[in-house]
Amino acid sequence: MHSSLWLTLLIVVPLAGALGSMLTRKIEGRAYAVAVVAASVEMVLTLVIAVLYNNHIAGAQTFDFATRHVLSAPFGLAYDVALDGISLFMVVLCALVLLLALLGARDKRREGEFVSWLLLLTSFTMGSFVAHDFLEFFIFFELTLVPTYFIVSMWGGAQRAKAAMKFFIYTFTGSVFLFAGVLYLGFLHQHETQGALTFAYSALSATSMSHGVAVWLFIAFAIAFAVKAPIWPLHTWSPISYAEAPTAGSIEMSALLAKLGSYGLLRFTIGLLPLAFVTMRPIILTLAVIGILYGSALACVTPDLKRLVAYSSLAQMSFITLGLMAGSKIAMVGAVLLMFNHGVITIGFFLIIGFVERRRATATIKDLSGLQGPMPVMAALFTVVMLASIGLPGLSGFVSEYLILIGTFATHAWWGVFGAFGVVAAAVYLLWGYQRVFHGRATGANAEVSDASTKERWVLAPVIVLIIVLGVFPHPVLERISPSVQQLIAHVAPAGVSK
Amino acid sequence: MTVTIPSIHYLAILPVILLLGGALCLLLATALLRNKVTTVAATSLTVAVSLAAFATTFWQWRCVDRSGPTTTVAHAIVLDGFSVVATGVIVLGLALSALVAHDWAIRERVQGAEFHILALTSTAGAVLMTQANDLIVIFLGLEILSIGLYVLVAFDRHRATSAEAALKYFLLGGFASAIFIYGAALVYGATGSTNLSSISYFLGANVVLHPGLLYAGGALLLVGFAFKVAAVPFHLWSPDVYQGAPTPVTGLMASIVKVGAFAAFIRVLISALGTQLDTWRPIFWVLIVFTTLVGASLALVQRNTKRMLAYSSINHAGFMLLGLWAGTIRGTAATLFYVMTYAPIVIATFAVLTLVGGVGDENHDIAHYRGLARRQPWLGAALAVLLLSQLGVPLTTGFYAKFAVLAAVVDAGNTTLAVIALLGAAIAAVFYLRWTFTLYADDDLDAARIVVPTMTGLVIGLGVAATVVFGVWPGPLAALAQHATVLFSP
Repeated sequence: MHSSLWLTLLIVVPLAGALGSMLTRKIEGRAYAVAVVAASVEMVLTLVIAVLYNNHIAGAQTFDFATRHVLSAPFGLAYDVALDGISLFMVVLCALVLLLALLGARDKRREGEFVSWLLLLTSFTMGSFVAHDFLEFFIFFELTLVPTYFIVSMWGGAQRAKAAMKFFIYTFTGSVFLFAGVLYLGFLHQHETQGALTFAYSALSATSMSHGVAVWLFIAFAIAFAVKAPIWPLHTWSPISYAEAPTAGSIEMSALLAKLGSYGLLRFTIGLLPLAFVTMRPIILTLAVIGILYGSALACVTPDLKRLVAYSSLAQMSFITLGLMAGSKIAMVGAVLLMFNHGVITIGFFLIIGFVERRRATATIKDLSGLQGPMPVMAALFTVVMLASIGLPGLSGFVSEYLILIGTFATHAWWGVFGAFGVVAAAVYLLWGYQRVFHGRATGANAEVSDASTKERWVLAPVIVLIIVLGVFPHPVLERISPSVQQLIAHVAPAGVSK
Repeated sequence: MTVTIPSIHYLAILPVILLLGGALCLLLATALLRNKVTTVAATSLTVAVSLAAFATTFWQWRCVDRSGPTTTVAHAIVLDGFSVVATGVIVLGLALSALVAHDWAIRERVQGAEFHILALTSTAGAVLMTQANDLIVIFLGLEILSIGLYVLVAFDRHRATSAEAALKYFLLGGFASAIFIYGAALVYGATGSTNLSSISYFLGANVVLHPGLLYAGGALLLVGFAFKVAAVPFHLWSPDVYQGAPTPVTGLMASIVKVGAFAAFIRVLISALGTQLDTWRPIFWVLIVFTTLVGASLALVQRNTKRMLAYSSINHAGFMLLGLWAGTIRGTAATLFYVMTYAPIVIATFAVLTLVGGVGDENHDIAHYRGLARRQPWLGAALAVLLLSQLGVPLTTGFYAKFAVLAAVVDAGNTTLAVIALLGAAIAAVFYLRWTFTLYADDDLDAARIVVPTMTGLVIGLGVAATVVFGVWPGPLAALAQHATVLFSP
């Protein structure tokens, strides 16, 4: 068991960075430098944690770095952190998103405030991923709304007010049900044990309840996480928000915050309510398949590159949901891996679109054409990211999608069949989009754009490296994810889940 | 005929004595030293008296903690943890409001001690309501509180709307008081006493075969209280009065009236009519649903920030009622916690409004807030924090306040009601966010800077500090609210 100090640092370092950036915002470029330093420290910290994390200690228990301090007994409020193989890669992704968003999507308008919000968002997101207490998770989950709201509403595009409001209200309304569910579960546990009010994960997961109660709670939790993930039909806030947000905001929302939804679905919905899992499985699986097909279809016809990635994200996130709900270990491992891979791929997409937007001031597909001529390197980098997203063998997307599909076929063949169409559709909309933007003859403003600068290449380098390395050698990641997923499945298994 | 003077526990009524004594001193001073009582002197005295009363609550708390809750003055006044904490909140509210009013009075040239005399008297009424153990004493407190406020609402002589609002408040308030006292009479008829403990004892020991009279009386009491706390459908006065009253008075009203009225409401409902809980609950259910949803929805269509906050406070009243619906110790503690945390937030919010209102107290359209946070980052950020706190964002006391009342309701077994109330909060979020967005709009950077006088700045700072510090670290306040309720005199 390692010290919980590591996880506390993950929350505190960005907070300190935010404070530092705020204090130095008057000096040109200083706030940015402070933020980059904080982000780099954070990145190093997560990598150290990833190396330190050892899932074979203490037998079956795969949680590490754990601690618990009760802060307020009447509220059942506690600071309780722990990390397992599932949250480990979310934490790494969180640090990676921050660093690359800072380096690749620098926004010089009121920079001090901008980077402070980004750092705050990172702190809260880290908190959600390492929280080992349902109430604590909920608090961090809610808190992420505030920085995101300000990032979108203050640095977004023309319709930023509408986008930010839509984002906030959807998520806030979703979490209404989560909040009620959290309280209900907490009191159910308290009435059962006659002890103190607690929301500790380990305590709540041992709560016994009737099947009906479990189903209601499942629905309540699923609504909140389905808005966040997003799962069809609660996704309607996402295209406008992703499109109107500044590049860093789009990256944070789609690469990272969306994962809070699937993470919550896995950890707190499936993990705490195994009884309802079997009942609800066909419904959520069906929604996931609809999401895959719907997202793919809209990605084909949307006129805007950012929206294309937004709809493709809907399809990919539905893929993750499919893997999580399929109920086999392989699919679940694949889904957790795809949470990480999709994050990396989306960073790549939005960074490149941001680079193009910086040169052409538009992300509308029909205004762009033949960019391959003036910017061959950028086109090549885009191709790698795109092929990973399509699921080309040898790149990261393939491994995770493959695991999800074979896992789903084993338990729910028909859903697997329809889900597999999503892979084909991804090839259609991405290649077609690529064709329209990069192929052909560049004329006018399109012919005069410059190719990727050295700095831009370096920013994209980690994305490309991760895509290739995880495509050919995913073992170090899988060996950390598998035991934790195994443990979760073992907890859910008595309710009738196939191994 | 001999009249026996009941024994009086002077410590119990010391805050009321201090406040009324302060008011009397000021009154005498203005009469004797014509025009020599400066605004500074009046404000200083008011703040000193309220701080003295606040210090007294510590003494009271120690007394209650050691020897338990007691009643005095022929059981008409109660000294328990609940009344002590509520008193502390009210007198602190007075101190903060007096500071805001001070700067406002200088700006509006309505100098003199009258404002402070009325505020002190009203506050004494509110404190009396928290301690009352008798329907008649509650009525007395209610009237002392209200009469002072009627005049305060009309205090801005330069504005006709101020007088209009006062008249409206007076007529409807008088009507509500009449309904309340009629209810008290009917309850007396049904139970043979106006003393809350005796009513409770009577209802516990006897089965009421023909409860019509009791129900009618209880219902009328409920209407009286619902009017004071502005619960829908008895809320119609509140937007007009909030808008018309001088802004610092609105802040004072929104804080001390809520605390006083809710304290008395809880006492009547939990201590006197606790046995009838199942009868009141369905009524409360409807009241809460309407209050949270209507308050939030109507706030959406307002352009005037004072009206907006009036509807927002209606929405909050709905949340405070949730704790009463639960009817448990947890629920009572939750409502107490809610009013404790709401009072400083709402006073600080109205302090910002007072500043933005400008000379004449007229600039209350939402448009006057465009880009405020860009021109004056500190003032704008303070308002943003206060609004987000009312929205219920974590790391502010607003979140834990909602948490506490919702937890009480879920614990008492009605998750549906909790979800409905939360949906009300989600609707309310829209206008808090819209206002926050307006603050940060960057198209109106040349508007005049707003002067922040020291005292008002201090109040805003304290309000923000209270919501953030206890938002990060709610433990002590929550423990205090819970402890206070455990020391509740049944």
